[in-house]
Amino acid sequence: MKAKVHVYLKPGVLDVQGKAIEGALHGLGWGDVANVRVGKTIEFDVPGSDRAKAEADAKIMAEKLLANTVIESFKVEVA
Amino acid sequence: MKAAVVVFPGSNCDRDCAVAVERSTGASVDMVWHQETALPSGLDLIVLPGGFSYGDYLRCGAMAAQSPVMREVVKAANDGVAVVGICNGFQILCEAGMLPGALLRNAKLKYICKAVDLDVTNAQTRFSSGYAGRRSVRMTIGNGEGNFFADDQTLDRLEGEGQVVFRYQGENPNGSLRNIAGIVNAGGNVLGLMPHPDRSFEAELGSADGAVLFQSAMASA
Repeated sequence: MKAKVHVYLKPGVLDVQGKAIEGALHGLGWGDVANVRVGKTIEFDVPGSDRAKAEADAKIMAEKLLANTVIESFKVEVA
Repeated sequence: MKAAVVVFPGSNCDRDCAVAVERSTGASVDMVWHQETALPSGLDLIVLPGGFSYGDYLRCGAMAAQSPVMREVVKAANDGVAVVGICNGFQILCEAGMLPGALLRNAKLKYICKAVDLDVTNAQTRFSSGYAGRRSVRMTIGNGEGNFFADDQTLDRLEGEGQVVFRYQGENPNGSLRNIAGIVNAGGNVLGLMPHPDRSFEAELGSADGAVLFQSAMASA
């Protein structure tokens, strides 16, 4: 199975990269684009076929290392 | 008097820190590689230096915070040893959970390298006692992610408990909330700051104010 952990800055934490990209999109003529946020996805293979366990494990990995929960939120996807 | 400077792959202020501590305090300084599972005995001060540990992969300081040596640094801090994290070292302390908050990208996205004037908000910590009576000290910053962030409740607590040690004077260089440049933990023995006392420890460098920080830490040991 493949696990994906999507990490984003929490709402309310200033995303300066997102702001810069938003400005560039406006410059390209997409003037009504709003709330651009930059995140990252970390994906990896997990052994076995126990999806619930893989999700639980990935959640612990995210809390311990992949995300900094002071500033970031995350979403786990296993397929 | 004995100090250790932890060296991570990508640290680039480790030698600066060693020289700064030696010349400021006369202490002997051991360099400790990040894979070590024990620290030298009898340490009075541990320094986590600036740089780009692990190439800032994932997040600044995130990988270094998981290094084997950090378990020993946490133990030493719990035993009351003074620990100071400078720049990337501050980021590592936050990532390791030894200090609250986190450091974000600078508000204007630029790497900033310049001398800054700081308010000594609390001159009663073991790192800042030598600044008593001083309104302002000068050190150098050099960072791209020095924008201190914590939630309002944490910021209120830091201010209420006197844990804010340094603040930027004048224009805030990087967007740090409440102009915070350096904080201590609740126990008062772990300091993180973005400005570099190690680049400001003798007059030839433009300021000798940083030496006082190392001297205070050693005097308190």
